[in-house]
Amino acid sequence: MFAAEAAAELTSGWFLENAWLIALIPAIGFALIIAIGKRMPFKGAEIGITSMAVSLVLATGTALQWIQRTNSADAHSEEAAGFIRAFSRSIMPSAAEGGHSEPFVEPVVRSWVWWSSDGLEFAIGSRIDGLAMMLLWVVAFITLLVQIYSIDYVRDDRRYTHFFAAITLFSSGMLVMVLAENMIQVILGWEIMGLCSFMLIGHWWEEEANSRAALKAFFTVRVGDVGLLVGTIIIFFGANQWAQDNLDSNGFNISAIQAWALSGEASSNVLLVGAIALFIACIGKSGQFPLHTWLPDAMAGPTPVSSLLHSSTMVVAGVFLVARIYPVFWEGFNIGQGGMSFIAIIGAITIVIAALLAFVQDDIKKVLAYSTVSQLGYMMLGLGTGAWLAAVFHIFTHAMFKCCLFLCAGSISHSGSHHSFDMKRDMGGLRKFMPITFVAWIVSTLALTGVFPFAGFWSKDEIIDNVGHAGYDLFYWTALGGAALTAMYMTRATYLTFFGQPRGAAAGEHHPDEEHAEEHEMETLTVGARSLSSAANSGHASDTGPGAVPHGGSGGSGADASADHQDGHDHHGSPHESGPILLTPIVILAVLSALVGLLNATAFGSDWERFKTYVEPRPTAVLIEDYLVATGPGESVQLANPMVFLDTVSPSAVSAESGGEEGAPPTGCGFETPEPGTACFFPAVDHAEPQLSKILLSLGIVAGAYAVAIAFCVSFYGRRNKRLVGLTERSRIAKGGYLFLKNKYYLDALYEGVIVRAIAHPIAKGTYWFNQNVIDAVVNRVGSSTKQTGDWVYKNVDQRIVDGVVNASGTVASETGHALQPVQSGKVNQYGALLFGAIAVAAIVLVLLNVN
Amino acid sequence: MSAIVLLAADDINVAQNVAFGIIAAMMIFAALCVVTTKNVVHAALWLVLVLAGVAAQYILAAAEFVAVSQVLVYIGAVMVLFLFGIMLTRAKLGSEEGLNNPGFLLGIPVAVVLFGLLAYVSIDAFEDTTLPDRGPTPTELISDQFLSPYLVPFFALAFVLLAAAIGAIVLARKD
Amino acid sequence: MLAVNFLLLAAVLFCIGVYGVIARRNAVLVLMSIELILNAVNLNLIAFALLHGSVDGQVFALYVIAVAAAEVGVGLAMVLMIYRNRRSISLDELSEMKG
Repeated sequence: MFAAEAAAELTSGWFLENAWLIALIPAIGFALIIAIGKRMPFKGAEIGITSMAVSLVLATGTALQWIQRTNSADAHSEEAAGFIRAFSRSIMPSAAEGGHSEPFVEPVVRSWVWWSSDGLEFAIGSRIDGLAMMLLWVVAFITLLVQIYSIDYVRDDRRYTHFFAAITLFSSGMLVMVLAENMIQVILGWEIMGLCSFMLIGHWWEEEANSRAALKAFFTVRVGDVGLLVGTIIIFFGANQWAQDNLDSNGFNISAIQAWALSGEASSNVLLVGAIALFIACIGKSGQFPLHTWLPDAMAGPTPVSSLLHSSTMVVAGVFLVARIYPVFWEGFNIGQGGMSFIAIIGAITIVIAALLAFVQDDIKKVLAYSTVSQLGYMMLGLGTGAWLAAVFHIFTHAMFKCCLFLCAGSISHSGSHHSFDMKRDMGGLRKFMPITFVAWIVSTLALTGVFPFAGFWSKDEIIDNVGHAGYDLFYWTALGGAALTAMYMTRATYLTFFGQPRGAAAGEHHPDEEHAEEHEMETLTVGARSLSSAANSGHASDTGPGAVPHGGSGGSGADASADHQDGHDHHGSPHESGPILLTPIVILAVLSALVGLLNATAFGSDWERFKTYVEPRPTAVLIEDYLVATGPGESVQLANPMVFLDTVSPSAVSAESGGEEGAPPTGCGFETPEPGTACFFPAVDHAEPQLSKILLSLGIVAGAYAVAIAFCVSFYGRRNKRLVGLTERSRIAKGGYLFLKNKYYLDALYEGVIVRAIAHPIAKGTYWFNQNVIDAVVNRVGSSTKQTGDWVYKNVDQRIVDGVVNASGTVASETGHALQPVQSGKVNQYGALLFGAIAVAAIVLVLLNVN
Repeated sequence: MSAIVLLAADDINVAQNVAFGIIAAMMIFAALCVVTTKNVVHAALWLVLVLAGVAAQYILAAAEFVAVSQVLVYIGAVMVLFLFGIMLTRAKLGSEEGLNNPGFLLGIPVAVVLFGLLAYVSIDAFEDTTLPDRGPTPTELISDQFLSPYLVPFFALAFVLLAAAIGAIVLARKD
Repeated sequence: MLAVNFLLLAAVLFCIGVYGVIARRNAVLVLMSIELILNAVNLNLIAFALLHGSVDGQVFALYVIAVAAAEVGVGLAMVLMIYRNRRSISLDELSEMKG
């Protein structure tokens, strides 16, 4: 009817169509660094930074063009729909105002057939929509800043070039995943990241703790990856037929999966099982309870790696996966119907558990690591309760302030505390020495804890608000409690680091080297000079250590600090502010941490909801014919504007009759089956209206937490209050709680001690026992039991029957036993003979059975 | 054995059968030499003969591409590897005692039983089946098979080769 | 040609290979015997490819050739390492697996 008139082209552009370059350029950069990096004047750093800068430019262009595209869609719909909307409003006002009338903005898809097998085409390509656009920009931006920061931070590292290579490939993996057009590509990017995280966490593998941490991260994530493979396969078999019939696509395609999940034809069991399997992958990757244990250990890597891992890449991958194929989780876990979804439960548990753990950490990076885990819990909680937009926005803001916090921590350890991360021993009073770092830290801390104008307030409170709005009261209070805990542990960390009296290295003291190595195994060596041996005691160990880099004449504070670190601390300087290369990224990020929240300031009115306009997919039913025209091979540019009114007129017409009264069931995508011939790609999630009372409540809770925490810190750490110091020694409850937290709920002990010992050891033991007792016993018993039989026969039958016969049988049996014992000779040839002989016998038996 | 069967089948291409019989006899003889000779280097050379015979049989069976691969990979590469292996482990170049196990006679009954079984099954199932006469297989067909239906095994094989290359380096390097 | 000719030839080669694996003591010779077994299998594959008029058998034969090459590479590397550690490649001295 109106389809032909309404069809109009959406704008596209060079950047949108060629977004695949964003991921390709860092990959090329990686290859170049590996190939010629060491011969370049800056040893490969310039290649990495250039490639990320180009990516950032492309990502910015993509973002701008996506915004244009959305605007053009809205403009067309205004124009064409004006009449209809006015018309429909007069008939059914609620439906027209219901917010479902926004036009669907189609993702820009480019894809190439990577390989095909038996008619099934595996594609690789790019699929740009709001989510991808946002995350592409964030990843490129954060990586660029982190790389700039790394120039100084890992200067003179022995594997400097490899560091840049790995970090460039790492972001390339994340970008591949963000761009992914199908699940195979998601897995590809996911695994590239897994590999690179292993290389980067274990960057200083000479120390065993570091390589153990890398292995732990790798294996823990791998546990989840099984879920990813299984889930992808389940979803593929569920969706493939539907996708082929309806969308001329296959079960790996992300759009197809989204449409299939919302089509109402998907079996709810398949969706549930697939969603659980995929979410297990996200638990592993995003460090959710109970697989969060690898994340804090991942602090063994250099600080830039931690900041990249924890802000925009790796851990966000799990959240991204849930957001990407959200319809699967939406339908699988019945989020729309207000079910207690698995995602929300895990998210809520993670928030509290990780926040509590952050209280007992002395290592500043570990506090931040647990804080990341907790914030990821918020994102998952949001996704699990339908607050898609808030969760995705939290990815965005969290990337800014968490990256800033980590870079601050790196700056502190680099220039303030002599490569230590121990807040209790080596920090304190640093605000006087490092004013810029201090201000940046404070700004991003305020952002993290959700204080009013800063970024975290807009995203985190949005999540909390939406959770409450969706009717999950328990989760609502949990999330508020988590916010209070966040404020408290960040106050503790801030106080220990920047206030009070300088201690340890911050006061210019030196530890004896061995003690230093034990206490701060995380990051004591910036230069790989302290290699396999502990020869770093002697002044010139670095020159004799294998592969050490001679570092004469390279300037910069990093070189000084690391050089005197090796030279036996002869001239160690007092704490000072870091150099400009370290500070520039920190300052940029701090400014952004303060401001980016305004991109989706819901409370200021709908004009401020830029994220909602540009990032959130529109829950509009689309005519499949139009969609097919739009995404035919090579035709991604010529997009037809889908029918705008379908959703407002047809599905709501049903509800309009019954929907007059209050409490009518919600309609639209994700709640009811789309009309035949149409498809939905995103559920119609409900958004909470901002309420002053709720905002004040959460702000009040945070403020209260701050007050309590500051008071506690000042009295506990500041005046060394006699009553509080040693509380853990005197109070059994406090001590028990402290120990319980200090040991991370004994989860590691559970994994390594109990599970490994309970499962792996018994298996090994059982096998050994089987070997010793059963196999040997069979061999021996054949002899001994026959011999016993012989003996028995000897005793009982001997007197009556001929002696010789019995004796002979006994001897023969015994001989058989001895003859069979050499079967376990350990000789390969005999095993081979047995194998082939047994095969021959078995085959003969089979042949005879078949013949008869 | 095969010669007997050969004589029984007189209604088919004689030249092909004669060639098959001669090559088969040569192969069996060479194979027996491989497992009985007392000189390791000779065993390798006899093995070359067997492998070349196999390649010739492939040509008779209209599998030219496989035959060429057989020559390239086996006679070209694998045999060189074997000879290197022999040299590097300092085997005596002359004849050598003790190449066989003490219990090597055990192999004879196993091999005979196995052969009896295989021969019985083969003759039972394919007694009168004649192989069709076919021209050479176009290599194009094989490549099509590799790159469409058997693509996944092809990738898997690529990984196997990579793993083998890395594994061989790790195992054989000196440290 | 009769199909059974190929099958019998392959059976003979296979059994000779089996005998070699059982009887030989020198590790290199055992590897050679394994090559005999693999070639016997390949002969069967080629014969059946001809019989059924499809190239699948040839494709599999090529896979086997490639895997065999990998196997020889790794096998000889192992033999080399064993030789370096023990100055001998006699399999009957390798009895770590003795039960």
